[in-house]
Amino acid sequence: MTATAEADLHDRLMALAERQIAVGEVRGVAAADPVNLPMIRHWAAAMGDANPVYTDAEAAAGSAHGEIVAPPAMIQVWTMPGVDRDGRQATTPVDDVLRALDGSGYTGVVATNCEQTYHRYLRLGERPVPATRFAGLSGPKRTALGEGYFVTWNITWYSQDEPVADMLFRVLKFRPRERKTKPEAREPYPLKPAINKDTAFFWEGVGRGELRIQRCADCGELRHPPGPVCPSCRSVERTHVVASGVGEVYSYVVHHNPPVPGRSTPFVVAVVELPEGVRIVGNVVDCPPEEVGIGMQVRVTYRQMDDELILPMWVPQES
Amino acid sequence: MVSLPGSTAVAGIGATEFSKQSGRSELQLAAEAVFAALDDAGLSPSDVDGLVTYTQDTNQEIAVAREVGIGDLTFFSRVHYGGGAACGTVLHAAMAVATGVAETVVCYRAFNERSGRRFGQPDARIGGEPSSQGLEMSWHVPYGLMTPAAWVAMFARRYMHAYGVTSEDFGRVAVAMRRHAATNPAAWFHGRPITLEEHQASKWIVEPLHLLDCCQESDGAVALVVTSAERARDLRRSPALIGAAAQGAGAGQLMMTSYYRDEMTGLPEMGVVGRRLWEQSGLGPADIQTAILYDHFTPFVLTQLEELGFCGRGEARDFVAGGGIEIDGRLPVNPHGGQLGEAYIHGMNGIAEAVRQIRGTSVNQVAGVRNVLVTAGTGVPTSGLILSAE
Ligand SMILES: [Zn+2]
Repeated sequence: MTATAEADLHDRLMALAERQIAVGEVRGVAAADPVNLPMIRHWAAAMGDANPVYTDAEAAAGSAHGEIVAPPAMIQVWTMPGVDRDGRQATTPVDDVLRALDGSGYTGVVATNCEQTYHRYLRLGERPVPATRFAGLSGPKRTALGEGYFVTWNITWYSQDEPVADMLFRVLKFRPRERKTKPEAREPYPLKPAINKDTAFFWEGVGRGELRIQRCADCGELRHPPGPVCPSCRSVERTHVVASGVGEVYSYVVHHNPPVPGRSTPFVVAVVELPEGVRIVGNVVDCPPEEVGIGMQVRVTYRQMDDELILPMWVPQES
Repeated sequence: MVSLPGSTAVAGIGATEFSKQSGRSELQLAAEAVFAALDDAGLSPSDVDGLVTYTQDTNQEIAVAREVGIGDLTFFSRVHYGGGAACGTVLHAAMAVATGVAETVVCYRAFNERSGRRFGQPDARIGGEPSSQGLEMSWHVPYGLMTPAAWVAMFARRYMHAYGVTSEDFGRVAVAMRRHAATNPAAWFHGRPITLEEHQASKWIVEPLHLLDCCQESDGAVALVVTSAERARDLRRSPALIGAAAQGAGAGQLMMTSYYRDEMTGLPEMGVVGRRLWEQSGLGPADIQTAILYDHFTPFVLTQLEELGFCGRGEARDFVAGGGIEIDGRLPVNPHGGQLGEAYIHGMNGIAEAVRQIRGTSVNQVAGVRNVLVTAGTGVPTSGLILSAE
């Protein structure tokens, strides 16, 4: 966008803001349900608020309130539109401003301020009504998220025309930064194996989609992890076989803590027993951790970890 | 052949406070613990001619000698394999004394394991070196299997499967250790016992291990003075005779991931140590009044009870559930609270507790102690001791 076009856009947005401020307060739709004990009980339990004046009629009767009252911080809860927003939601003077910002590329949104003031407690049976005033637009500002405008509005909740609570709400509408990462440049995977003359054959095999097991060229014994000298016959003549690629989970763990570089938790690591007679360690993937168990039949798969490293991993055989 | 059993003794023990942030260098901690151990024995730095520590300790023997004012050293040695070194340091010291290579050897372990380098945190470098250990790690680290908790959890899962053991069975070990620590003023968890419910509710570290299955992380240092039994008898404290000392590694052993050799339900290296201890001392499980069993993670306490012959295979869960490891149980385990309750000083603090039990000076003293068995790190090549009263 050119500098002129940017200036035009800014002028249009500010003019819209002026108009919406002039609209003043617009009443919304009353709470779908009157203030009621079941909702209070759920909210208080979720928030860990054990004050009996919210839930215990007897205790409340003995309190300064003389009856059950709703936690003041629930005020927004009573008039939230819910999941099915069709039809029931009245328009507010904020809507046009948010829409104009979306249409100008300021599609990101993050709440920055929420300040509530309570005038009195709500009692059971009351049915608050929200009323919204557009309060202001400022920007454009450069932020860590990207360039954006701060949008501020106020809501006052009324019960029978008596204001019971106010709220100032502010969001940042921003233009999300363009992703600069090229898809072909992968982050290097931090958990690299050391490889030497004794183990290179294994990793070369992995690169070709082969799960290789060291085999003594003299006595034929299979061995994993591999090493330079056959423990059965002292031979240093080595070859390998390619495993069938199936196995059985012999033991496993689910790693949760602490975080592991290059990995997202939880992840599963298993000792897999191969029908060839050796065991090998690897991740079980494409399977929820709670479904992994000892005795589970798995087959090998190969995962590209970065530009260089491929790791053999295991998936359930039926998948 | 020089005979080891009974010819040497632990004559002094010393420690710093156990904390989460010592605020001092590891070398200063080492020096403080060595001074405390020498004071306890009634010896001076000039009496010391040997030093032994772990390969993992960051304080070289010569550096400790400089700080403490030890003069000529005729013996210095390091023992490898993490916490498996603990009792091995005493074995090395005892061998040096028994053979006349040195007269008085101090074993020490000092670290800021909580405020400095934390062993439980993944270190991507451990799999990258083409040393034999780096190559061994390379079969595990690339898959994110790279913390001690994870390495042990792999054994624990198989052990649960083989014997029908549950997380609660592991939890009972943690509860017992914290109960013991609760009455030990030197313990980090002094006055803070836990319930089995709290164990079960603690977060997962690596399933099947909860947070409360894992020992704490500590800053601190412990030192031990080893000399001949004859000399120890003339010193300030009654000697804790080294009735047996052994190291052990099993066939097909790896550092902490020996997943390739057997059923994964035992600790063959601890079996090697146990057999040597019984042979050397001429004692058996029934002769031990209390045991210090290495408790970096709860499952291996059960395995050790079985591997050392205190109960049969698969019977440790019942042994523990029946109160067997309590102070008044069949085999009181870790009266000081162990590494789960007192502090994680890589097993050295357990050896100090064994000495106190022999002297009869522990805050949680077991009645009629004649012989104490001590073990070192589990799941790694390890070591053990039997300390005995005169
Ligand atoms: Zn061979």
